Amino acid sequence: MYLSTIGRTELPPDAGGPGRRRWHLVGGNVLALGTVSLITDISAEMVTAVLPLYLVLGLQLSPAAYGVLDGLNTGATALLRIAGGYAADRVSRRKAVAGAGYGLSALAKLGLVAVGNSVSAIGLVLAADRAGKGLRTAPRDALITLSAPEHALGRAFGVHRAMDSIGAFAGPLVALAVLTAAGQSFDAVFVTSFCIAALGVLVLVLFVRDHRQARPPAGTVSPRAVGRLLRDRPVQRLVAAACLLGLATIGDGFVYLLLQRRESLSVGWFPLLAVGTSLSYLILAAPLGALADRVGRLPVMLGGYGVLAVVYLLLHGPLGGPALLVLVVGLNGVFYAATEGVLMALAAPVLPERLRTTGIALIQSGQAIAYLGSSVLFGLAWQAWGPAAASRGAAVCVVVGALATAFLLMAKNSPERQGTSS
Amino acid sequence: MNGPSRRVRILVTAIAAVLLAAVATTAVVVGRQNAEPAGGSARGRAGTAADPVAGAAADVHFPPGTRLDALSNGLLSTVSLTDPAGPRTVTTRRCDRAYTAGGTTSCLTPAGALSAPELLVLDKESKVRHSIDLTGLPNRTRVSPDGSKVAWTLFVGGDSYAGGGFSTRTGILDVRSGQRIDSLEEFAYFRDGRRHRAVDINVWGVTFAADPNRFYATVSSKGVRSLVQGDLAAKTLRALADNVECPSLSPDGTRIAFKEAIGADPAKGWRLTVLDLATLRRTRSAEARSVDDQPAWLDDRNLAYGLQRPDGTNDVWTTRADGTGKPAVLVAGANSPAVLPAGS
Repeated sequence: MYLSTIGRTELPPDAGGPGRRRWHLVGGNVLALGTVSLITDISAEMVTAVLPLYLVLGLQLSPAAYGVLDGLNTGATALLRIAGGYAADRVSRRKAVAGAGYGLSALAKLGLVAVGNSVSAIGLVLAADRAGKGLRTAPRDALITLSAPEHALGRAFGVHRAMDSIGAFAGPLVALAVLTAAGQSFDAVFVTSFCIAALGVLVLVLFVRDHRQARPPAGTVSPRAVGRLLRDRPVQRLVAAACLLGLATIGDGFVYLLLQRRESLSVGWFPLLAVGTSLSYLILAAPLGALADRVGRLPVMLGGYGVLAVVYLLLHGPLGGPALLVLVVGLNGVFYAATEGVLMALAAPVLPERLRTTGIALIQSGQAIAYLGSSVLFGLAWQAWGPAAASRGAAVCVVVGALATAFLLMAKNSPERQGTSS
Repeated sequence: MNGPSRRVRILVTAIAAVLLAAVATTAVVVGRQNAEPAGGSARGRAGTAADPVAGAAADVHFPPGTRLDALSNGLLSTVSLTDPAGPRTVTTRRCDRAYTAGGTTSCLTPAGALSAPELLVLDKESKVRHSIDLTGLPNRTRVSPDGSKVAWTLFVGGDSYAGGGFSTRTGILDVRSGQRIDSLEEFAYFRDGRRHRAVDINVWGVTFAADPNRFYATVSSKGVRSLVQGDLAAKTLRALADNVECPSLSPDGTRIAFKEAIGADPAKGWRLTVLDLATLRRTRSAEARSVDDQPAWLDDRNLAYGLQRPDGTNDVWTTRADGTGKPAVLVAGANSPAVLPAGS
């Protein structure tokens, strides 16, 4: 099938039998990409953690104005992601496009310091930051799929996502440390965040190998080829599955908010809930990725859905107190570990290598837009039926989504996996 | 990849890491220095009192000895109202919102990134009489004319999951007894004489009458923001008029200055307006810009309110309560105004 052979020459020959744990198959390039993501995520999460405080405390923005800034550009980012993915495939330079995205986000951190108190300029800087994130994700994931043999993709994504969430875990803590050391100066946080992001870009430039083929022959990467890709049944099923995943998740914000209301937590607990989820995610991402390689990616993903349904039911279940907090936060991380990277590993073999970045961008955008829709819908359901009924409804949606995903992917998936793992 | 060797790449990365760490450390040190007391705002670049401001000088006259308390760059300060552009006495007390009346000063200290705000109640000698730990973001504070009651409002929660759904918490402290009401949401709320029960009630922006048992405030429920008259002893709130936010009672007790949402939609901004309590007639002030502040009365004819410049600096402006005249800057680089009559 579309199995990549480029870059595998550097991997040691697959000496171990099927019983051995073959982590070395993950490869140096995936570790390099993981390092870049780890460093970049520290930088990004530092800013995410202090941004609400900065806008509302530092700039005295009203909460409503903050909401407008916050909701800005989600759709535009999705479009840019697809355009970036297509460009990366077209010129066959995934590393360059990813690097541009990382660089743009790094500069945006300095922009936050430079623009001062002007709300409109801050809006632009945040838009640039998100554009950078939109630009880099798909080419980076495409590089991962091209850097590990196909039967080890679950591990590869697991390792990458684990490193990524170490960054997400450390970011808020670094931000708090800088705030403490710098007399609560937000500018110091932004400058530090820029320095860390710049280091990430450097590691990308120096240590990540691109997978450049000769320029694709005319016609292989063209709007028509993308059209053909979109008409391809397995690809359609995957995009549909990604949208279902997006629709099934109501968002961590709501989960934490429901926990907070149920347990009367003070506002200060919010960052800790996110840190707990990251912790569970980072511990489990690699093992669950390996499990997916062994027992099949679809079963692991469906298991993740099952866990998510349990999370939503627990929000208004019989359990309470600290046990509920730990369980919900931990299981939420399990859900991410079982679905996020696994979906990419599931997708890679179905997408032709020439159009892989575009394909990944389509899948991720589909998920992101569906997720946006589900957050809005859940907000409305909460208002109309109250939080208990709404979260139980969400659990039902998750189960329906899981069944539909199983139906979509079951038929097509397994023969292809066998056909490519030789 | 035929690039530099692995050793060179690692060396370059290490050197870059050291340089970037030096830059970050410098930023932290600079931040720490700027945060020293009296070193300006937390961002270290807020405007100073000497900044030029567009607008005519205020044409208001006060008896000699009348002073204005305000926050200059977040520090409690006083200026003579007979020469508001003149020298200012600036203390080292940092507040996010402040108000003074009847010899009592209330100060909501800023919520830092790591620290929760406090309500400080100061006496005439600037001694702290009460300090109360609060959660949320400081929004409004007022003191009753006799100095016996202090009210405060903070934004709580909601601010990080915005979408318009913020919530507020408003409390009142009896300065003498130390008794305090943590949330006015517990009070019984009446609309058109009927008890109104809803879970989505928010109360903010208290202003006290001469009789400190009586106060006015904003109550929001189901998207309607109403002026209420409150009774501390009876624990009741009664709606008087809709689309009134952040009321401020005139010294003679006959009128309410407030911010009126344009088209009853706060997203469109607010007009500084005066409501006659007897006739419920509304008079718009000459201030055409959106005012997001709880106004203060300088005397029975003139209002003071804060407006933010595009760079984030606040100025205290003044305009007439009867809608005539032109708004003018009263004190540049300041907010949270409160008048101290001569001799107080």
